[in-house]
Amino acid sequence: MEVLLSIAIGVLTSCGVFLVLRSRTFPVLLGLTLLSYAVNLFLFASGRLRLDAPPLIRAGASYTDPLPQALVLTAIVIGFGMTAYLAILALRALSESGADHVDATKEP
Amino acid sequence: MNSSLLLAAIPATAFGAFLLPLLLQRFGRGAAALAATAVIGSCLMLVTQLAPAVLAGNTLLAHLPWLPAYGLNLSLRMDGLGLLFALLICGIGLLVVLYAFYYLSDSDRLGRFYSILLLFMAAMLGVVLSENLLLLLVFWEITSLSSFLLVAYNSDKYESRIGARMALAVTGGGGLALLAGILLLGHIAGSYELSLILAAGAQIRAHTLYAPMLILVLLGAFTKSAQFPFHFWLPNAMSAPTPVSAYLHSATMVKAGVFLLARLHPALGSTDLWFWLVSGTGALTLVYSASIALFRHDVKGLLAYSTISHLGLITLLFGLDTRLSIVAGVFHIINHAIFKASLFMAAGVIDHECGTRDMRRVNGMFRRMPITASLAIIAAGSMAGVPLLNGFLSKEMFFGETVGHPQFESLSWLLPVVATIAGMLAVAYSLRFVHDVFFNGEPIDLPRQPHEPPRWMRAPIELLVLLCLLVGVLPEWTVAPLLDAAAAAALQAPLPAFELALWHGFNKPLAMSLLALAGGVLIYALRGPLFAWQEQLPRMHPRTAFERAYRLLAASARTAVATVDNGSLQRYCALLFAFVLVLATWAFFSGPEATIRLAAQPAGEAAYIALFALLLGSIGATLLYRQRLLAVILVGVVGLVVALIFVRLSAPDLALTQLAVETGTIVLMLLVLYYLPTGKAPRSSASRLVRDLLLAIFAGGGLMLVSLRMLATPFETISGFYLQESVPGGGGTNVVNVILVDFRGFDTLGEITVLAIVALASHALLDRLTMTAPRLDADGRPWSEEAHPLFLSMLMRPLLPLTLTVSVYIFLRGHNVPGGGFVAGLITSVALMVQYLANGNAFAQPRLPLNAAGLLSLGLLLVSGVGMASWLFGRPFLTSAHGHFQLPLIGEIELASAMIFDLGVYLVVVTVVVTVLSGLGQLSARAHNQPVAN
Repeated sequence: MEVLLSIAIGVLTSCGVFLVLRSRTFPVLLGLTLLSYAVNLFLFASGRLRLDAPPLIRAGASYTDPLPQALVLTAIVIGFGMTAYLAILALRALSESGADHVDATKEP
Repeated sequence: MNSSLLLAAIPATAFGAFLLPLLLQRFGRGAAALAATAVIGSCLMLVTQLAPAVLAGNTLLAHLPWLPAYGLNLSLRMDGLGLLFALLICGIGLLVVLYAFYYLSDSDRLGRFYSILLLFMAAMLGVVLSENLLLLLVFWEITSLSSFLLVAYNSDKYESRIGARMALAVTGGGGLALLAGILLLGHIAGSYELSLILAAGAQIRAHTLYAPMLILVLLGAFTKSAQFPFHFWLPNAMSAPTPVSAYLHSATMVKAGVFLLARLHPALGSTDLWFWLVSGTGALTLVYSASIALFRHDVKGLLAYSTISHLGLITLLFGLDTRLSIVAGVFHIINHAIFKASLFMAAGVIDHECGTRDMRRVNGMFRRMPITASLAIIAAGSMAGVPLLNGFLSKEMFFGETVGHPQFESLSWLLPVVATIAGMLAVAYSLRFVHDVFFNGEPIDLPRQPHEPPRWMRAPIELLVLLCLLVGVLPEWTVAPLLDAAAAAALQAPLPAFELALWHGFNKPLAMSLLALAGGVLIYALRGPLFAWQEQLPRMHPRTAFERAYRLLAASARTAVATVDNGSLQRYCALLFAFVLVLATWAFFSGPEATIRLAAQPAGEAAYIALFALLLGSIGATLLYRQRLLAVILVGVVGLVVALIFVRLSAPDLALTQLAVETGTIVLMLLVLYYLPTGKAPRSSASRLVRDLLLAIFAGGGLMLVSLRMLATPFETISGFYLQESVPGGGGTNVVNVILVDFRGFDTLGEITVLAIVALASHALLDRLTMTAPRLDADGRPWSEEAHPLFLSMLMRPLLPLTLTVSVYIFLRGHNVPGGGFVAGLITSVALMVQYLANGNAFAQPRLPLNAAGLLSLGLLLVSGVGMASWLFGRPFLTSAHGHFQLPLIGEIELASAMIFDLGVYLVVVTVVVTVLSGLGQLSARAHNQPVAN
């Protein structure tokens, strides 16, 4: 499981970085989404992986680490806020400059 | 009064009152001058108050901690050396104020000039009275900065600006070297306090870092004291008004370097390195500058090179490093300050009266201003080392020290020869100054009719020349006590036996003096052929060379900045990633060796399938990002797999949140996609593709390695507290939710504030934004006319109450089982969003009269209010409370104050999402020219 998750994190990062470096706003948006998946998974993994041990207090149960979960939960929501803001920024830039280039220029 | 208080009062007065002349300027020139006089006078009085104790051999200290953790303290020290310099600074400062009052014209803003001069004086006092070397450095830098302002005083003149810039670049650069040197010195000695450093000489000299430290400190001293090859700034700084030259460039600032040599010599000196570096530089500067001085036609230029030469002499004396040579060096500091300040002032009078300083035109001034001429001739005699004048005494001591210096052995004849040649040159240029300016026929084509200056403009020169004579004739009665104290402080050892007297009998130094006088006259007599020879030498232009280097540096800096900061977001991102990669690689390989233990959780087939789906989705989206709809769907797939990973790995809350966010993200992307231009973006160039691919592969591979290593490293959780206290302390069994709304509620408050800011910013960006709705999609098909299909719209309406009920349920249970404000808020948002999509803005907006600003504020107020409520019970911010309540019909429920907190979170999340989406909806309505419901 650890190896699989590491591969997932690596591939998500690679794809995210590549897309973030594109010149149009839309792939950048996609790339940031992928990158935030990767980062969330990475942060989550810092609490180590446990199966069937949700941090819900029950008699006689064992629990995974709840702290990274709490951090990642807010990170997911903030990530959504950031994506939304960036999307709207892209629209505004398109309206101001007439192009969807990240540098607000018409050249490629 | 307490002596350390008095000592602290000196720089405090100077720094506290330096703006006084500027403030009093509007009451006229006199008021400004009086203010400056009063400030310097007060400082001088304070210094003289302390003088008796210092002359008696005491070292006064004042100590005030500033940043003791960094070794920086406001500690001051006055010993003989400090007293000598403080007297020079204040005394000559007073004379310069008087002199400048007449020298500067009525149109000059005298208040401003005096204020900068006072700032300089304050900094200079700080340098000579610092006990802490870091503090000394702070003052050192202020002298550089204020002297820049003084040299550039006539800022409308090109020469002034260039000269000031050059002086700042050289002395400022030297200051940087000095900073490094002092940090090293502090590191070696373990303290920045002079008392400790001076006592730790043996330890410092034995340290491995001694050589680099010494070179850095000497760089600072040599640039400040204009030693070869850093001398060129001083002649160019002659564009300063003459009072500034008289003050800074003869008596004070350029002496800061030699002051530093005198100050640190007990700790740093007595090594071969010190001897060769300091005396070598000094000797070279002494002879080189003296020979240049002879050929300068500008009076101030001649004086500037002569100053450099005398500074070289002092440096050489400190380099020779015998006890008597240190005494001679200190003595020459005094004498040079006195005669050179008066010479500069005389040069200023000539400039002031004639309108030019060119010695080829200014001739025969003796008949026109006999008193000034006599004064200047005496001062020039002192410069040349003529008997009965103070310059003679220290020059004799210098000659005496050059004879038979132990370091030279078989070459012992060399140093006296060099000294005698320098002496001859000094006599020659002094003679040239006197003969050319005051005799040598009639003036040629002067802009003004010269005559004696105003009575009080001459007064400072008279006083200084009187001092030259008094010290020269009666040294034991005048300067001896001060010299003894200063030299003792510079030596930090018992004084050697020496006698200040005119006549020591006929000995080698006297012979050298006589030889120098005769040789100087001879050189001057041969000036015709010499000048002709000098004319045909290739010209050296240090200023042009400096300017060229300066421009080259500035241009390359601009190029470097333009390469990095070219306004392209893509380049910034690439650089950022590259930089992070470099840092992370370094950290990865320099970290401690960890025992790697892959305690693997079983994977199972489902995990492989999920990984496959995730790889398919992410790689597919990356390869096919030009087919935008497909890419969005593929990213959606990835998001769902991430949610599944959370489910599998015991994170139900995360899974719920991820699912809800995923829905919102996809809807948002589709909305935005609608407006973005459909035209295919041109392909990136191959080189850029390679760059991006490399960055991507290294970033991904690196993070993979890091997470593998992290997962394989044993670890001790810090969450035990949360798991233990969740039920008794927070009143909930869902630990993640309790952490969010209780244990780490402050974090959550910050996070929802960020969300609220997103809502506000989005609103501002979308406000009155108009986009054109495209008619065709990316494949050229026309968009459907039917914006809101009937089927969808009818199906979605009854779903709203159902989803809202679900969200209330999720909200209420959140404290104990997966759920809570964030998830419930997202579910509500999705429910509302669907209504917008299915029925359109015009339908949804009036039915949802949301006051976004009000709701946002309400949410934030709830969260912070519940936090502040705990103050009422005398608890810290955000202390939670919970209890069990019996409600009719429903039974026992547990209520926690954290629930109100969660309600605030819920409100903020809902409002943010709805604001963003309804803003986009209104955009769509405007694009299609539909009526916009308010």
